[in-house]
Amino acid sequence: MLLIHCPYCEEGRPELEFRHAGEAHIARPENMAELSDEDFERFFFIRSNPKGIVYERWRHIHGCARFFNAARDTVSDRFLTTYKAGEPKPDLDGEGK
Amino acid sequence: MAQPFRIATAGRLGKADPVRFTFDGKSFEGLHGDTLASALLANGVHLVGRSFKYHRPRGMVSAGAEEPNALVGVHRDAARRAPNVRATVQEIHEGLNAVSQNRWPSLSFDVGALNDLASPFFSAGFYYKTFMWPKAAWERVYEPFIRRAAGLGEAPDRPDPDCYANRFAHCDVLVIGGGAAGLSAALAAANAGARVILADEQAETGGALRYETGAMIDGMPGWNWAQAVTADLAARDNVRLLTRTTGFGYYAQNMVGLVERLTDHLVSPATDQPRERLWQVRAKRVVLATGAIERHMVFPDNDRPGIMLASAARTYLNHFGVTVGRNVAIYTAGDSAWQAALDLKRSGVSIAAIVDCRPDPQGPHVEEARRLGIECLTGHAVTGTGGRLRVSSIKVRPVSGGAERTIACDALLTSSGWTPAVHLFSQSRGKLAFDAETQRFLPGNAVQELVSVGACAGNIDLGETVAEALKAGHEAAGGVARKLPKLAADSTERWSGGMLGAGEGAGAESTAKAFVDFQNDVTAKDIRQAVREGMRSIEHVKRFTTTGMATDQGKTSNMHGLAIAAEMLDRPIPEVGLTTFRAPYTPVTFGALVGHGKGRLFEPVRRTPMHDWAEAHGAVFEDVGQWKRAWYFPQAGEDMHAAVARECRTVRQSAGIFDATTLGKIEVVGPDAARFMELMYTNPWQKLGVGRCRYGVMLREDGFIYDDGVVGRLAEDRFHVTTTTGGAPRVLNHMEDYLQTEFPDLKVYLTSTSEQWAVIAVQGPKSRDIIAPLVEGIDLSDDAMPHMSVREGMICGVPTRLFRMSFTGERGFEINVPADYGRAVWEAVWAEGEKHGACAYGTETMHVLRAEKGFIIVGQETDGTVTPHDAGLSWAIGKKKTDFVGMRGLARPDLVAPGRKQLVGLRTRDPKTVLEEGAQIVADPDAPVPVPMLGHVTSSYWSENCGHSIALALVAGGHERMGETLYVPMPEGAITVEVTSTVFFDEKGARTNG
Repeated sequence: MLLIHCPYCEEGRPELEFRHAGEAHIARPENMAELSDEDFERFFFIRSNPKGIVYERWRHIHGCARFFNAARDTVSDRFLTTYKAGEPKPDLDGEGK
Repeated sequence: MAQPFRIATAGRLGKADPVRFTFDGKSFEGLHGDTLASALLANGVHLVGRSFKYHRPRGMVSAGAEEPNALVGVHRDAARRAPNVRATVQEIHEGLNAVSQNRWPSLSFDVGALNDLASPFFSAGFYYKTFMWPKAAWERVYEPFIRRAAGLGEAPDRPDPDCYANRFAHCDVLVIGGGAAGLSAALAAANAGARVILADEQAETGGALRYETGAMIDGMPGWNWAQAVTADLAARDNVRLLTRTTGFGYYAQNMVGLVERLTDHLVSPATDQPRERLWQVRAKRVVLATGAIERHMVFPDNDRPGIMLASAARTYLNHFGVTVGRNVAIYTAGDSAWQAALDLKRSGVSIAAIVDCRPDPQGPHVEEARRLGIECLTGHAVTGTGGRLRVSSIKVRPVSGGAERTIACDALLTSSGWTPAVHLFSQSRGKLAFDAETQRFLPGNAVQELVSVGACAGNIDLGETVAEALKAGHEAAGGVARKLPKLAADSTERWSGGMLGAGEGAGAESTAKAFVDFQNDVTAKDIRQAVREGMRSIEHVKRFTTTGMATDQGKTSNMHGLAIAAEMLDRPIPEVGLTTFRAPYTPVTFGALVGHGKGRLFEPVRRTPMHDWAEAHGAVFEDVGQWKRAWYFPQAGEDMHAAVARECRTVRQSAGIFDATTLGKIEVVGPDAARFMELMYTNPWQKLGVGRCRYGVMLREDGFIYDDGVVGRLAEDRFHVTTTTGGAPRVLNHMEDYLQTEFPDLKVYLTSTSEQWAVIAVQGPKSRDIIAPLVEGIDLSDDAMPHMSVREGMICGVPTRLFRMSFTGERGFEINVPADYGRAVWEAVWAEGEKHGACAYGTETMHVLRAEKGFIIVGQETDGTVTPHDAGLSWAIGKKKTDFVGMRGLARPDLVAPGRKQLVGLRTRDPKTVLEEGAQIVADPDAPVPVPMLGHVTSSYWSENCGHSIALALVAGGHERMGETLYVPMPEGAITVEVTSTVFFDEKGARTNG
């Protein structure tokens, strides 16, 4: 069982308290009504699913209930960092390799 | 004589109390402290089981957890019948009842042994080749045959009456293994002040010191030192010592699973005592001191009872005081087995010969053997064995070739060296490194906070092991600043030498049965055959031959199998690979993993405040998620159909009272509450007046219906939102997600109030008359409180949010009161209801009544691919809105394309026929296969109020098909239906308004 650091509680807590919530840094377009089919497809359906570092959303659902973001390496299943919703994507070494 | 193979002067059981036990119905005596294996051996019993495939007679191979052969059933009582128990691990207790497995009619005469003669038929990969055709034979012939022939013990046929416990623990240093290395590490860590957990799988710590008589530590014989240190550690507050505890799994971030066996060794455990305890330990540092596992030699007929590992024989002799024979031969490729001959000889056991395939082994043990007059056949090999139910002789010849000679013996001890137990290290995702010189896989780079010490790290010197373990424990405890402890340790014994793969007589041309994997009956020949048939990776060889796939996971056999495959492929061992080490290290019971989470504790049960009332009034309940909901209230003599028909009639004639507490409720509050609601629901909310309600539809971003429910506006900045019963948590999650991450600037708070409100629905023409005497401060007249309105006031003296709304199509109210008052208010309403002939009704009647009105249930009429248009809810979409979740999704090409499945009503031509929910709908039941499917029935009931059956269905282009005749094909023939409106009763909706 993973330990996940909640950036709001500022504590590492067991995975049981959290729920995964999909890829991070996909902002909902403000001009939804004008979105082309292609843009909607990119926004809603297309996900990167890389091998390596993923930026993903988690919710501390059985804790503070906040959504936050995490960078996790899917090869080692290690969390590299977690950060609050709305904060910019951290620049991590090794990204994109 | 009792226990004829017990040697009084040997071992540590001394004057232990005798213990009586039975094996296959026969009574035996052992000593307190014996394992089942040692006690049977004390009585001269080697034959304990039949092998898996060939049903060959088998005896104990080892004295520990790696045992492949000696699996027995242990039957405590009718319900407690544990299969596949390793006799080498099970401690005996008075009255222990063990039985052999996989034999019929008896252990010594077994019909299945015919498989041995038919062995060409069962060679490697026979599953994949033999049972291919004819196809029909699988079900009737092959599978029943395989199921009867294969398998080991029999699973118990009754529920497990034992309880199992579960604990989480945290520590600074977790030490797995309590031998010389593990104890040293734990001692150093404990001295440095760390919180330490030490786990050892045996009843007593000591590990290999159990048999290694030449070890001296801190001026004491190794075993004595181990017990002294253990007593010292056990007395310390910062140490938790767990014996009979196996570290079975190494998980992420230093989470290690341990299973502690608490009662299997007890005569009569207390009924409330857990049988096993699962420990989930999170350790800052882990010290692995899991030792090494001895391998057997691979040579023809190496599996007869009486052929066992040299270290096992030493354990039986030096710890249990049992000799495994009277005239014992040794066959080895390493040094440690020589010590077995010396120990036995000194205890007065005759040694038939020591056969060592190495040409010129050197060392004090060799000299000592020669001095004791033991025949030492170096540069020789054992090329066969004799004996039916027990080894009686070996065939020996020089490795370089030459005449074969037969030597009589009643036991043969073999050793081809030691395999470091790197299982947990590998599970921790550490990379293994192959050491070509010693032909061993050793721990390489660790990826977690752990260190391997002692034999599992490849260390074969006791002095070095202890020094290394002390350092590891000291450093793991963070005791760098302190002085590193030291202990003098040395052993006269050597663990060097060894070989991998098949020995003489089991070479490439041999057809002999030289077993690599005893438990799955895999021979050297099988592995070669797998390579010949094209298997290149060890992963393929493993699956084709099943080597290493038995319950022992190939602890003694994997390295042999790998070496034989590598030799055949003419490639170095690391290139052929190593199969993955997976948890559990040894089998773990389901009971331990499940713990308390079974029966009533399997899942929480949610009951409403009115549950007991419903129960007392004869309700039949149904499960809706975790909720128990009253399904219907049968009266004397009524079946479900009659009860539901009566409830349906009563609601529309006078009134019915329904427990709607399980509905999800969310309070949406704040200055931006209306704006937020506009975004979350398809409907417009800004202009909804305070005190008014609206039916809301919630979509996902893709445009499909996610949930629905009636929402009441209590104030400009306060909405009382209801959700479906099952949807409550995910709707709140959905709302929180958007509020926190997409619309964080909106000033809104969301609070789940599902558990705070009890909800009593009163529906029917008499509903207002029923509640009127109870309500204070609310004008209930149609003008003051029309359909779809909400008022706050008092009922029965408690605060209420009173909704005028209807899921039945009748005049109706939903009374929300604080949950603690739910039962009292319900009873008051019930008392009033009885005066008007009202009934209590359950979820089935609720379903029928709403279907008569064509109201959908999310999850029944919808399945995640239904849009509001499909469901006939276009009216609920705010036409002037510029954004809401799902708005853009609704405009996707597929969602606006013609021919989508749309919600319609169905009427059967025969009004009495009730369709099956889920049944398919077609235009022409006689069309050629595959018949085009138009849709399916989503809801179907007998409608007492309509006098005919009713159904809702999703049908392709359904809205354009009104009046069409379609068919529902069933096994008894197609049912003719007519497509209708979804509203079957009171089409104009006049009744809701009074």
